[in-house]
Amino acid sequence: MNIIKKHNKNARFKTISIVLASILLCACDVLLQSETDPNGIVYCSEGSPASFNPQLDTSGTTVDASSHQIYDRLIDFDPVTGDVVPALATSWLVSNDGKTYTFQLRQQVPFHQTETFKPSRFFNADDVLFSIDRWRLINHPYHDISGGRYPYTDSLNLGSLITKVERINGYRVEITLNKPESSFLANLATDFAVILSAEYADKLISRNQKELIDYQPIGTGPYQLANFRQDRYIRYTKHPKYWRQIELTDKLIFDITSSSSLRLAKLLTGECDAIALPAHSELEVIRQQDDLVLDEKPGLNIGFWAFNTSKPPFNNPEVRRALGMAIDKNALIEAIYFNSAIAAKNIVPPTSWAFQADVRSLSYNPIAAKNLLREQGVPEDFSMTVWAMPVQRAYNPNAMKMAELIKAYLLEVGIQVNIISYEWSTFRERLTEGLHDSVLIGWSADNGDPDNFYRPLLSCAAIESGTNRAMWCSEEYDLLINKALQYTDIGERTYFYGKANELLAEQLPLIPIAHASRYQAHRKELDGLVINPYGGVRFGGVKKL
Amino acid sequence: MVNVLLRYLNLVVVTLFILSLLSFLLAYLFPGQAVENLTGLRLDELSTLQNNQLKYAIDDNVFVQYWYYMGELFAGNWGVSFSSGLPLYEDIGHYLPASIELSAYALFLSFFIGLPLGFLAALQHHKLTDYGLLSVSLLGYSIPVFWLALIMILGFSLQLGWFPLSGRLSLIFEIPSITGFILVDILLSDSIDKQSALIDALRHLILPTLSIAIVTTTLILRITRRSVIETLNSEFILAAYARGLTPRQVLMRHGVRNALIPIWPLLAMQFPTLLTNAMIVESIFSWPGIGNWLIQAIYQQDYPAIRAGMLAVSVLVVIFTMSIDLTIRLTDPRRRRVGRAAI
Repeated sequence: MNIIKKHNKNARFKTISIVLASILLCACDVLLQSETDPNGIVYCSEGSPASFNPQLDTSGTTVDASSHQIYDRLIDFDPVTGDVVPALATSWLVSNDGKTYTFQLRQQVPFHQTETFKPSRFFNADDVLFSIDRWRLINHPYHDISGGRYPYTDSLNLGSLITKVERINGYRVEITLNKPESSFLANLATDFAVILSAEYADKLISRNQKELIDYQPIGTGPYQLANFRQDRYIRYTKHPKYWRQIELTDKLIFDITSSSSLRLAKLLTGECDAIALPAHSELEVIRQQDDLVLDEKPGLNIGFWAFNTSKPPFNNPEVRRALGMAIDKNALIEAIYFNSAIAAKNIVPPTSWAFQADVRSLSYNPIAAKNLLREQGVPEDFSMTVWAMPVQRAYNPNAMKMAELIKAYLLEVGIQVNIISYEWSTFRERLTEGLHDSVLIGWSADNGDPDNFYRPLLSCAAIESGTNRAMWCSEEYDLLINKALQYTDIGERTYFYGKANELLAEQLPLIPIAHASRYQAHRKELDGLVINPYGGVRFGGVKKL
Repeated sequence: MVNVLLRYLNLVVVTLFILSLLSFLLAYLFPGQAVENLTGLRLDELSTLQNNQLKYAIDDNVFVQYWYYMGELFAGNWGVSFSSGLPLYEDIGHYLPASIELSAYALFLSFFIGLPLGFLAALQHHKLTDYGLLSVSLLGYSIPVFWLALIMILGFSLQLGWFPLSGRLSLIFEIPSITGFILVDILLSDSIDKQSALIDALRHLILPTLSIAIVTTTLILRITRRSVIETLNSEFILAAYARGLTPRQVLMRHGVRNALIPIWPLLAMQFPTLLTNAMIVESIFSWPGIGNWLIQAIYQQDYPAIRAGMLAVSVLVVIFTMSIDLTIRLTDPRRRRVGRAAI
């Protein structure tokens, strides 16, 4: 009896354990399968956008989050050929004197519809007028909303270039310039020339909530903003009535991950479908993975070390030259870019036609640098600041490390360096105030026109708009680059840009360091994502297989 | 009993007072203007303070300021974060539950594994099982949680690809935050893909929970083992045997209850360790909890956030530890007499 009972007990124990084990196995099976939702794309981006209006901010993070997702432009660049192609404008006409541009607008383009805004009409000429007048006219009701600074258009002085923007009829707009400018069309195709909704703006005025226009944006783009949590995520949903016949997923999510190694890890585990700015040290890892794709393109960018020329002793070109000679550019490139960049000679990359190979470049010579510094009255143990940007950019993947290397180089010539960094938006604000001695930063071009380098980086107007980090203002330089814009012939423009290159090599308001290649990493399932050399990432037309 | 309750209340009030004082002083010790650190508003934004509820009587003396500060604390106006500009009260209310959830699961898991294994080791005292468990627990106890979490990520996420390595839930799922506890929120939500969200949340939970639980488990195992061994060596156990009870009856009727009593207070002491480990693990797994949030705040020199976050966490620890201690004191007949309260 006892034995049978014991046997029974054992059997019961066995049954229970088998049942438990199988439940556990099932659970494991369910839990271990990483299922990805084909209806949503997760993009691991590098930071939080300052707002959702690229007119207000040239930072790549803001552009990525808004420009091609929420908005459309009148015209676009073809990411492959670089040609200007129709977008919200179906066709355009430039008058013979190069001063009048007439745009024929696309019809039946709907705006986003959200809980707070129901568009009653399609896109038309009023929206174009509103979008351009907002940054152009200082007394426009929306001009001062969200700071009233329009860094891109201000740095190019587009506001004073345009004399009027006129509505010919509901679907035809005429823009008149006060002088011909060959880069104007290219500027309208950049990430910053987005079209906002005039009807939404009017609604917000009547509700007295004008500032919402940049934070709860309405556009015509492929995705509309659902919600945003600072430093966590941005959620977009599909614009159900998008005018282009392209593939859209139901959800688009930007998972804000500031650490680049974490972005890579998330890409490996499939938590992200694509990542922003893979670190140069990690490219090899991505190449080795079968389920990841790494795209590469020569970049239209420049990483540089700019001196605050409004402060002594950095207002002295010889001091700047000496500092430039004190650093070994090639060693920096090897250490920071892992040879995925080329040393910069001009401020434009070699792919641009304004590039000049024969310009005199600085060579590494600490002894001469030291002598020159003493000659110019910079004492031993002089202390200066090098500001290193806190974020990675293609043009400078690790400014902090570069600053440390520069610190070591400058110590050799008897200069003490304090490295300074702030959170990104504070960093840029304080740069614009001119609190720095020198800064490691750079520029990514938004269109193929060399003017996009010369003017925003070093023209006098760009000091005010906060893209001229050298605070350098030279009448001669401004004259040269403005002359270059009056001609449409590339040969003639090259002549003026060549002169500007020479002036820069002599004055050295900034030391060009490198032109980095652009990389983009994504999982194999993601189809249709291409590197956009002219700015922000585009998710319209990207789908998951 | 009323006496004990009053003594505890007294102790809690005094401790909380000191904590609030400390957090108030932090605003002065941190760089920058105290009023900026208290409100999170920059000096140039302070003009809006006049008609704002964040009023700390800047011009008055420190005592008046402290009085206002306490008033604002209780009103839920903890100031705003420097970096995000969001109200801290809501932020902490959003992140703290995530940490509590993670710690709770880890604690639960540790009990679930640690207690039975502790009993097993004690019952097999001086046998192979005991030695085996003891050495494994020593190993688990000496592994730094930081390293363990990284190894887990390396093995289970990056190599095997079994589990995700960051966050609480894939961002694909949109679950409104009601309680702040993700599993509860998913069950409460009316999302169509509830089931896959639940599975996804569990997948996210496994690695961080395990990382924290391993250290706590070994602790519980060792404490339980020692307590059971001591209990089984007591005279009343011998007496029970003498009355002719079977070993099983002795253990169930006399051993378990008496062995468990000394375990609880020791475990209450482990709660701060558990929370500390949870905070470390959070920052590795990008778990959106208070630890991760505080570390971010420290990186960004977000003084109002550091001040409010530290206050919230320390208050949580004090209240939790005290309430466990109180429960023990009120339920354990042997300790009811002891009058003085202590942490």
